[in-house]
Amino acid sequence: MSSKGSAAPLFAALGDATRLRLLGRLSAGGPLSITRLSEGTGVTRQAITRHLYALGRVGLVHHARRGRERVWDLNRERLERAKRYLDQIAAQWDDAAERLRAFVED
Amino acid sequence: MAVKTPAPDDTVSTDRIEKRIVLRAPRTRVWRALTNADEFGTWFRVKLEGAFTAGTSVRGRLSIPGYEHLTLELLIERIDPEHYFSYRWHPYAVDPAVDYSAEPTTLVEFKLENTVGGTALTIVESGFDRIPLARHAEAFRMNDNGWSGQIKQLAKYVE
Repeated sequence: MSSKGSAAPLFAALGDATRLRLLGRLSAGGPLSITRLSEGTGVTRQAITRHLYALGRVGLVHHARRGRERVWDLNRERLERAKRYLDQIAAQWDDAAERLRAFVED
Repeated sequence: MAVKTPAPDDTVSTDRIEKRIVLRAPRTRVWRALTNADEFGTWFRVKLEGAFTAGTSVRGRLSIPGYEHLTLELLIERIDPEHYFSYRWHPYAVDPAVDYSAEPTTLVEFKLENTVGGTALTIVESGFDRIPLARHAEAFRMNDNGWSGQIKQLAKYVE
């Protein structure tokens, strides 16, 4: 349970369909501008911007300048941390199973 | 050492965690350790308030040092003596500030079988695919090559 503290806000930030779509688009072809990220979403640019900042606050994405544009891209390292979530739960079951073993084999 | 049994199909493993271990103890002993709430609490490290009865829920605080502020709630599903025991819970609902009650639960199952030298215990936790946040996390569980495709699948799923 060691890195639980950092995982919770990360998952909270992911718990939104628009944010997942943004991650999907960036994954397929980032970095992208807010204009490009808004295309076909039916969501306003302002809303897209808010979602990007929400993802940025938990370190999933970052922005940079490209000419006159601001572009957004994924932080793959941060996503690597997210992927370890189930691994952690599996490891906790390993620990629990070993405590059960010690308990019943005595 | 716990023996890890790989899921038979990788596509299944996004939804479930499965462990199989052989315990050098009689089945009756293992059964009691799993289904007597006090005994369960001893090895699992949770102070449960109440007994396990199918169809009821039991709550308790974790007794793992540093995690005493966290409360677990087990919704007991099925108790099939000396064979099968299952409950639902919110998997590692680790943030006390978050109300997890509206989120889907995972199913935890314990299955017992006799085996040479003791009792084979299979622990399965399933239903992660129903949990949006964990599903998202699981979708990122991949190497760089598979990552993009998985994200696209994910995006398609939520659209």
